Amino acid sequence: MDKILRVNMTDLTTVVEEVPAEWAGLGGRALTSTIVVKEVPPTCHALGPNNKLVFAPGLLSGTAASNSGRLSAGAKSPLTGGIKESNVGGTAAQMFARLGIKALIVEGMPRGEGWYALKVGRDGVTIEEERGLLGLGNFAVIDALQALLGKKTGVIAIGPAGEMKLTSANISVKDPSGKIRSHGRGGLGAVMGSKRIKFIAIDDEGAPGIQMADPEAFKRASRIFTKALMDHPVSGQGLPTYGTNVLVNILHEAGGLPTRNFTHGQFDGHEQICGETMHDTIVARGGKPRHGCHAGCVIQCSQVYHDKDGQYLTSGFEYETIWGLGANCLISELDDIALADNVMDDLGLDSIETAVAFGVAMEAGILPWGDGKEVVRILREEVGKGTALGRVIGSGAGAVGRTYGVTRVPVVKNQAIPAYDPRSVKGIGITYCTSPMGADHTAGYTIATNILNVGGQVDPLKKEGQVELSRNLQIATAAVDSTGMCIFIAFPALDIPECLPALIDMINARFGAKLTGDDVTGLGKNVLKLERAFNLAAGLTSADDRLPEFFCSDPVTPHQAVWDFTNEEIDAFWDF
Amino acid sequence: MASITVTIKLFAHFRNGRFKEADHQFPPGVACRDVILGLGFRLGEMGIVMVNGQHAPLDHPLSERDTLALFPLVGGG
Repeated sequence: MDKILRVNMTDLTTVVEEVPAEWAGLGGRALTSTIVVKEVPPTCHALGPNNKLVFAPGLLSGTAASNSGRLSAGAKSPLTGGIKESNVGGTAAQMFARLGIKALIVEGMPRGEGWYALKVGRDGVTIEEERGLLGLGNFAVIDALQALLGKKTGVIAIGPAGEMKLTSANISVKDPSGKIRSHGRGGLGAVMGSKRIKFIAIDDEGAPGIQMADPEAFKRASRIFTKALMDHPVSGQGLPTYGTNVLVNILHEAGGLPTRNFTHGQFDGHEQICGETMHDTIVARGGKPRHGCHAGCVIQCSQVYHDKDGQYLTSGFEYETIWGLGANCLISELDDIALADNVMDDLGLDSIETAVAFGVAMEAGILPWGDGKEVVRILREEVGKGTALGRVIGSGAGAVGRTYGVTRVPVVKNQAIPAYDPRSVKGIGITYCTSPMGADHTAGYTIATNILNVGGQVDPLKKEGQVELSRNLQIATAAVDSTGMCIFIAFPALDIPECLPALIDMINARFGAKLTGDDVTGLGKNVLKLERAFNLAAGLTSADDRLPEFFCSDPVTPHQAVWDFTNEEIDAFWDF
Repeated sequence: MASITVTIKLFAHFRNGRFKEADHQFPPGVACRDVILGLGFRLGEMGIVMVNGQHAPLDHPLSERDTLALFPLVGGG
């Protein structure tokens, strides 16, 4: 039987609960957001005792379904002041699912100064005092726990940034190679730090495993689903070869690559940091151009990037990070960006929020444009050591802008805008404005249809069709985020007719359900509306569903595009 | 004008055994389709075709100093 693990950090007690009937059909984002909405007072302080941190594997996590190993984390975000769900690969989701853990809810807050660790296993969860690993970076924490508990142990941890409760702090999850994946966005690491939990170790020895209602039907659907992933050129060939960083040259060409803190739409140094160059560099240095973030991933968009001496430098080296420190900060040396990525992973910082914060810091004159070495120094010596400057940068782009009087601060709901300029790729601007998560490209990835010709074509420079496109994608994404599936299954799902029905068939076979496509769409709509209601009750308004003013006034090269949606046009997003 | 100069940019695996960027001469008004086929591509291989940074249909006629960018179907996020 599936169960809920509840941990109270105020009185240091734990309890195993039955799954309430109304949560039985939920997983991933649908479940974390439902629990946060039901149990967290919207106006509470995100770093206070009334916030809760919820982890939930997706509906299909732990099964043999390809790409189903995503773990959702949810809470009220200390960065946005609204609800947050952030999902991640790694090994934890599948371990939770095999242990029958539908969700882990962490509530309350210790009264004293002590730190703790949670140990999750087949008998539930225990709380232990923790001293030895405090202050250490994520890589050292994972290495130490593997030495202590064995190579198979699952790890969910925060680095020094989370311990300091910085609003860019992420939560790191061990991947199959013993490296790191991140619940990146929205400062969830600060919430874990406020609960004074340094790490959660998972032991799935003796786990009951997954109960499958109809194993044969599952196998049939799973084969069709996997074939669709392999057949689609994006998920089957493009992503495995070049990773997400193939987008540098595409967005540069389209004039949508935000450059020099969102001043221009193209970057002269694009060839030095692009996916094609990165691929050749990885191969020449003996790294791995293909790598999966969780067992059962057939797309393998990740990679292992080595330094000039052939030693590990970073992995999971994503387009958004490379864009953020590259084009946005004018750093054209890929090795500098890779080293910074490694340091951010180790400190436990969201690499999008932090990269955009550096762009604003460069605009403020704190460090020179393009100075990758100084970025690494500031990360290690200022953020890592908790100096005043380090804490400002580690609190995100909005904090840097407010502290230094910068007006070009690319954030929505105080969360940094990633890698696609909303003036020249207008659909993604609607997603940035309206997503309950704050500016988040993954919430409704219109780049697929605006730029990549997946799921049709909607002209990125015109307003027509963008609100509908973003709405449809945000609804679909909210549903996909609840299944435990990687969002990249959306590429085949948008183009290959058999793909989505096969996904629904797998959910039905797993639970003995009879969901239809309409039910899944309905789930996505419900999740979005729940999240929106939480934000409104927390004090956000439609005035928070807006891009910063400079996007309306400053045209971006080369198309001289501006953000020209009226407030009414943006608010029509919620007409469903 | 006897011929026009078009800058052709290739991306991802389209570069393999070909080039990254090159100027080629064509008759005025040549269609993207004819340039693509002339480079030895199949039309079905094309993911994104951009002229001067904007998506263009295959029958789009090219002008002097246009930039034609060709991508296979790739993506990220």
